[in-house]
Amino acid sequence: MVADTSSTKNISLTLRVWRQAGPQAEGSFVNYKATDLNPNMSFLELLDVINDDLERRNEEPIAFAHDCREGICGTCSLVIDGKPHGPHDGIASCQTYVRSFKDGDVIVVEPYRAEPFPIQKDLITDRSSFDTIQQAGGFISVRTGSACDANANPIPKEHADLAMDAAACIGCGACVAACKNSSAMLFVGAKVSQFALLPQGQPERDSRVLNMVAKMDELGFGNCSNQYECSAACPKLISHDFIAKLNKEYIGATVRSAFKP
Amino acid sequence: MATLNSNIPPGDLPEKWSTYKANMKLVNPANKRKYKVIVVGAGLAGGSTAATMAELGYRVDCFVFHDSPRRAHSIAAQGGINAAKNYQNDGDSVYRLFYDTVKGGDYRSRESNVHRLAEVSANIIDQCVAQGVPFAREYGGLLANRSFGGAQVSRTFYARGQTGQQLLLGAYSALSKMIGSGGVKLHANSEMLELVLVDGQAKGIIVRDLITGEVTKHAADCVVMATGGYGNVFNLSTYARNSNATAAWRAYKKGACFANPCYTQIHPTCIPVSGDYQSKLTLMSESLRNDGRIWVPKKAVDCEKDPNDIPEEDRDYYLERIYPSFGNLAPRDVASRAAKRMCDEGRGVGPTKLGVYLDFSDAINRLGADTVRTRYGNLFDIYKEITNESAYETPMRIFPAVHYTMGGLWVDYNLMSNVPGLFVLGEANFSDHGANRLGASALMQGLADGYFVAPYTVGNYLATQKPGSTPSTDDPAFKEATDKVNEMTQRLLNTRGKETVAHFHKRLGKIMWDHCGMARTKEGLEEALKLIPALREEFWANVNVPGSDKSLNQALEKAGRLADFLELGELMCRDALTREESCGGHFREEYQHPDGECLRDDENFAHVAAWEYQGEGTVPNRLTEDLNYETVKMSTRSYK
Ligand SMILES: Cc1cc2nc3c(=O)[nH]c(=O)nc-3n(C[C@H](O)[C@H](O)[C@H](O)COP(=O)(O)OP(=O)(O)OC[C@H]3O[C@@H](n4cnc5c(N)ncnc54)[C@H](O)[C@@H]3O)c2cc1C
Ligand code: FES
Repeated sequence: MVADTSSTKNISLTLRVWRQAGPQAEGSFVNYKATDLNPNMSFLELLDVINDDLERRNEEPIAFAHDCREGICGTCSLVIDGKPHGPHDGIASCQTYVRSFKDGDVIVVEPYRAEPFPIQKDLITDRSSFDTIQQAGGFISVRTGSACDANANPIPKEHADLAMDAAACIGCGACVAACKNSSAMLFVGAKVSQFALLPQGQPERDSRVLNMVAKMDELGFGNCSNQYECSAACPKLISHDFIAKLNKEYIGATVRSAFKP
Repeated sequence: MATLNSNIPPGDLPEKWSTYKANMKLVNPANKRKYKVIVVGAGLAGGSTAATMAELGYRVDCFVFHDSPRRAHSIAAQGGINAAKNYQNDGDSVYRLFYDTVKGGDYRSRESNVHRLAEVSANIIDQCVAQGVPFAREYGGLLANRSFGGAQVSRTFYARGQTGQQLLLGAYSALSKMIGSGGVKLHANSEMLELVLVDGQAKGIIVRDLITGEVTKHAADCVVMATGGYGNVFNLSTYARNSNATAAWRAYKKGACFANPCYTQIHPTCIPVSGDYQSKLTLMSESLRNDGRIWVPKKAVDCEKDPNDIPEEDRDYYLERIYPSFGNLAPRDVASRAAKRMCDEGRGVGPTKLGVYLDFSDAINRLGADTVRTRYGNLFDIYKEITNESAYETPMRIFPAVHYTMGGLWVDYNLMSNVPGLFVLGEANFSDHGANRLGASALMQGLADGYFVAPYTVGNYLATQKPGSTPSTDDPAFKEATDKVNEMTQRLLNTRGKETVAHFHKRLGKIMWDHCGMARTKEGLEEALKLIPALREEFWANVNVPGSDKSLNQALEKAGRLADFLELGELMCRDALTREESCGGHFREEYQHPDGECLRDDENFAHVAAWEYQGEGTVPNRLTEDLNYETVKMSTRSYK
């Protein structure tokens, strides 16, 4: 599947795209053939080209989520040939290029398939459950204007760097889509770890992890069975070590809350 | 005719804000719950203000067209955020940041606003660190800084190449907390399509749910818009694809003046265009200019060669040559125009000849590839991903692209537009950057507006409104505005022409880039003022928008936004034509120094031009606000 990247010849591809008119509608695959494609075109630009053609024929374009088109906003969310965000590791759908495919390839393009992310239309799913988890505890409570000087608390560089590794999550949900249990442990683990690694995050450390995990369970995300499909699909390569950290934080907080006076 | 009163408080510049703040009207804490504030947008500016206003006890309704507040375009900012902390002990101060910003804006910004921005900048960093934003640190555990385009001190704070992401996630976490606790009601996938005025004051909005298509009315005691910039009028830009001007434009058509629309920033370090399918341009952070050296071949014949085969003596490091004291760090507009001049001279590189080299070989020799990788690894990866080339081995190719809009809705010192009760924050307003924005100053402004300015000034306004006097959505003004929304939607769906929205957007983008881009002329702008109305007419006669308004319809969303761009583009050209001088990002070829630098006309143009809508088909009024420089002496902006 992953083609020789030095190719510069234009190619043709067939896309088998999931079309579904609305949340309740039946969906099905529809084939679209695209010819004479410049290998430097991005995968989303390929969808643009197909859509342009559809619109010209007065057919409804394929609905797909996108915005920044540079791998940071977390909006794009295609499953390409069964893999969230496509064939390459460490990038989002929008950073996938036509040169990753071979002339004549048939490519299956689907939305995320996970119960907590219901399909809204075609390739677009509702991922607001991630926001709901954040609202349950993904923050440090600090009223505007009440902060002390930023350099008052030095933080060892290694901790800050590790916190940044966790904070790099773009909230795209590929981890959930990749997991057969639709687990959100990587997403939650990253946020919990970021704050647990920083002194500012300590006061709410226990309540944060307990509340976020409870909300995650309530919303129907499954459990982690240690296959780590999530970090393999993560466009930011967030490490599954943060799942281990989440488990540790959760156990610690549970024990501590049991012994609270 | 509207009046523009900047409402700059009296007193010496450094004391204005603190004195003013100390004398503001306060809302009784028990009454705060009786006020409802609509915040449109949850980028840095909107997210921070929604969270802060809710913390203060106001009821906040926050609207975003994105599926989540975390997706706002602010997420994409890479390089950093400025603040006058002077942690590096290199002589920075509030005054210096203020001065640099005024000078960087080519003396076309309001002194009082800029000084306030510099004052509160330090608080922003404190706030963000307390929220857990993982800024880069030194080994001793203190915050790291770097110097950023146009600054001679290191005052830029950063989080790898993802500063905007981390700051936005900080604001988003504060907002999430307030949503969770009920202080903020979030309306995601909700696009504001009309502003509603009741008795001349902004009291509500009309919103379309982008998933269900439902159009709803929302009333409040005031409206805060933080809806971002309008650079996508050029079609190709570094903006996220869905960034748009609709909220600002619809407010303009309700009477809010649009200030300096022609001030757009072209960023010098973007990846060049590769084909006509191109949907966006990717920025390579300006921080690359700290260690990368920009050059083109001295001789046009060398442009086809492999850059590594061009010997040192045949390379023209033109920024270092022309601007010896700033060199590769010359401000964005200066660097962009210089690149254009090189390409105009036939010395551009790459397949389209619209590119210059950004070369790291010296840095790699001096610091080693590992250090370069630590500093810029993620940017080199992005470059590789897009172009399939390794910047460790061959110089990057870069070219300027539209990146930021300094113009925006006119606001006074309180960040309130000329429509009472309509506040405008962040990139959507015109306030702080004059004719050119310095690197790392947009994030600063967004958070300054949202955390530290609007919560005070909006409160001061609300104190003049009777508690509990929020109008009902039964007021005829809401029905009228809703009808307008529905009318436009039907018109778009019923045109049933032959061409796609994208087709028209590309054509508008080309007109804007050719005639209202990096260099502008009277003839070119006059030409554009003929082309754009003609294109608009064609759009309304021949656009095809498939699907219905009763469900998710991305073609319809795009069509509505483009309809507004087709009007805004014309206003930009009109503004550029009437500003008969060059300043910052606005470069009129007729007005330049012999060396190609901007020739300002302070006598006639040291003012803000704010346009007031006069109805369809009528030329808008051009109002002016004089800019009086009391502290900084206006001088020729020289970076030599
Ligand atoms: C690639 C890139 C890199 C950058 N890097 C830097 C940098 O390093 N440093 C720096 O200082 N600046 C940088 N900038 C500029 C800076 O990121 C932006 O100016 C700033 O983030 C804008 O913030 P904002 O809150 O005003 O708007 P945005 O972040 O654009 O947010 C707009 C919000 O408004 C909402 N919205 C808009 N219209 C509507 C509507 N009609 N109805 C409902 N909601 C609406 C959106 O959903 C969104 O929530 C960069 C910009 C780009 C493009
Ligand atoms: S579109 Fe933003 S991450 Fe892909």
